[in-house]
Amino acid sequence: MFDTPRFANRSELLGIAVLAVLLLVILPLSLDVFRLNLVAKYLTYSFVALGLVLCWGCGGILSLGQGVFFGLGGYCMAMFLKLEASSAANTKIQSTPGIPDFMDWNQLTELPFFWKPFHSLTFAIVAVLVIPAIFALIVGAAMFKRRVGGVYFAIITQAIAAILTILIVGQQGYTGGINGITDLRTLKGWDIRTDHAKFILYFVEVGCLFVCIFAAQFIRHSKLGRILVAMRDKEDRVRFSGYSVANFKIFAFCAAAVLASIGGALFTLEVGFMSPSFVGIVPSIEMVIYTAVGGRMSILGAVYGTLIVNAAKTSFSESFPQLWLLGLGALFIAVVLAFPNGLAGIWRDLIQPRLDRFSRSPKPDAQWSQPMADKAPAE
Amino acid sequence: MTDEIDRDPPSPLRRKLLMGMAAAPMMGMLTRASFADVPATSAVNTTGLAVTDTDVTVGILHSITGTMAISETGSVEAEKLAISQINAAGGVLGRQIKFIQEDGASDWPTFAEKAKKLLVENKCAAVFGCWTSASRKAVLPVFEQYNGMLYYPTFYEGLEQSKNVIYTGQEATQQILAGLNWINTTKDAKTFYLLGSDYIWPRTSNKIARKHIENHLTGCKVVGEEYFPLGDTQFNSVINKIKLTKPDVIYAIIVGGSNVAFYKQLKAAGIDLSKQLLLTISVTEDEIDGIGGENIAGAYACMKYFQSLDNANNKAFVPAFKAMWGEKTVIGDVTQAAYLGPNLWKLTAEKAGSFDIDKIAAASPGVEFKGAPEGYVRIHENHHLWSRTRVGRARADGQYDVVFETPDLVEPNPFPKGYQ
Repeated sequence: MFDTPRFANRSELLGIAVLAVLLLVILPLSLDVFRLNLVAKYLTYSFVALGLVLCWGCGGILSLGQGVFFGLGGYCMAMFLKLEASSAANTKIQSTPGIPDFMDWNQLTELPFFWKPFHSLTFAIVAVLVIPAIFALIVGAAMFKRRVGGVYFAIITQAIAAILTILIVGQQGYTGGINGITDLRTLKGWDIRTDHAKFILYFVEVGCLFVCIFAAQFIRHSKLGRILVAMRDKEDRVRFSGYSVANFKIFAFCAAAVLASIGGALFTLEVGFMSPSFVGIVPSIEMVIYTAVGGRMSILGAVYGTLIVNAAKTSFSESFPQLWLLGLGALFIAVVLAFPNGLAGIWRDLIQPRLDRFSRSPKPDAQWSQPMADKAPAE
Repeated sequence: MTDEIDRDPPSPLRRKLLMGMAAAPMMGMLTRASFADVPATSAVNTTGLAVTDTDVTVGILHSITGTMAISETGSVEAEKLAISQINAAGGVLGRQIKFIQEDGASDWPTFAEKAKKLLVENKCAAVFGCWTSASRKAVLPVFEQYNGMLYYPTFYEGLEQSKNVIYTGQEATQQILAGLNWINTTKDAKTFYLLGSDYIWPRTSNKIARKHIENHLTGCKVVGEEYFPLGDTQFNSVINKIKLTKPDVIYAIIVGGSNVAFYKQLKAAGIDLSKQLLLTISVTEDEIDGIGGENIAGAYACMKYFQSLDNANNKAFVPAFKAMWGEKTVIGDVTQAAYLGPNLWKLTAEKAGSFDIDKIAAASPGVEFKGAPEGYVRIHENHHLWSRTRVGRARADGQYDVVFETPDLVEPNPFPKGYQ
């Protein structure tokens, strides 16, 4: 592996192709728009899971506050959409027409200054990419430069998630409070609530997902990615070899933050609202669970993990409204106990060897130099 | 008339005549039943809702898991009771009600997802559900887009009106103004300390209360206003401030689990609710179950329904509820409001002669429900209910004594002028 600096080997490319067929052909043909929109919602979380694979799986930095970045991206997009939905014509029953409804309820008479740039879609998209990166940079620099890591870092990210939730809920005149920013309607005049729009948004999202998967693959297989893995396994050795461990950690954390933020922005588009319930500790931990179920070192595993956990959540809760949480909990315990490496582990240990034997390919030595194969079952 | 027939008839002729007279209206009823009570499906359902010749499907969408489950369970139970009673009495437009229950899991996006499922996949003719404002705000665009009908049971902050929602709880002005007037006139209260959990309902309610106290009650003023994060359990500092400012009335809109800590700490700090006036709009019998009656005895609550209400409807409702859900259950304001939902929907469907959402929405204003446990209610043009407001005083056994009731129905006014 070390002498072939390609960004994906053959089995990984095959895996990506299988995922592409599943997402672009099989699901759109077999599901109605309502179910397809649910899949789109699940996929927005897989951006977060991808980020966690880089940051936690490769870099060993467990962040329990990815909801913060998901929320930042989501809120940036929601602010743009809300301003568009709050045109003077739509809000003429308010005491101050032209501002979002929740501001009117909280006696604001003017748009706050930090809302004003969000009249521009370009600014909103740039904000989705840049704001979380800057925020992650500040947090990361403050932590990693002081060599705060491991459990302490996880606790601090949790605290940040809690703080941001309280801030959003408390400043409801500016943020919509616990209700969130709701009733988003159009994107540049294009109604995002119609079935047709949902269909198009799904493909846009899958497109974004593959761009992100390729980016993550590239990072994984670059020299940078190998340093991240080295750092996870023996941080001191990397430091003594002359690398700045803190900078690499900051990079991984920022990359994960931007991926989460893209997911959040797409979530707002798909679902049509944003609320602080995605920012807090519980959703952040849930996002880590998706990654753990998928296999925390597998990029494609993260996508499958997210899809399977969320699909299970929906179908359990539809079939057993009273007991579904117990079922879901049992699933997590079973996966962690039986398959500590997640779905990707099942693939690597049980399915891949048989496939290899079947196809009489040369001995898969290359697999063992990597911590994990990058493929999970498509079921 | 039956008495006459049962008696020994004086003559066969007269007997035949009487029987004929008795049968005539019966015949009329029979024909009416066969023509009007079971109209053809194609006539009552022109928009593809889940209506068959024998039944009609509705949705129930509440949190039965998560932090809100404790509050919303009562609503689910009340709605199921109402549906089973309606079915036992012959159903709606000759059709039995079948319900599909979904769990909102105390999570607003889940509410939106499940609402969409109930409307798009299950084609529910009506949905009874939601509890918090946040969950209602999350599902509202869904109901408007897919043209569904939501019956929402909770008292809430107002500032909303939708063709696709019937609000069976009180909006803020209905619940607040009468209570403040009452405590001002009968208890001669002049100074108020406003408390609330930090989200839209307590903030909007306190805003309305403050405007009313300052602009409409002579010589009255607000001496303090504070908010606490949801789930907060530390009230000692505000209790100290209350002891210093000595307000005539503590006006408390604290919700959920925080209530338990608040009332226990109040008692521990030596504030005796038999001497200190406390008026709340957020503590129903359900919450007292958690707080403990001995910790809140003496406090006043202002809402539209108390379990102890003394009228014929309520005397039938409470035993029926307990028979279905257990002797120990208590019935709070929202539970009663949830019970109204299916009943109002049935009455509206019969008035409209159709299950179509547009016809239900149009027929709703003016629908009266005389069998409501809280007494007579009627739907206003703005899709809220005309209802009475009552003040109750908490007893140590967890029930309220009703001490005041508005003489007339209070008009719902979700967009109150001068209070915004």
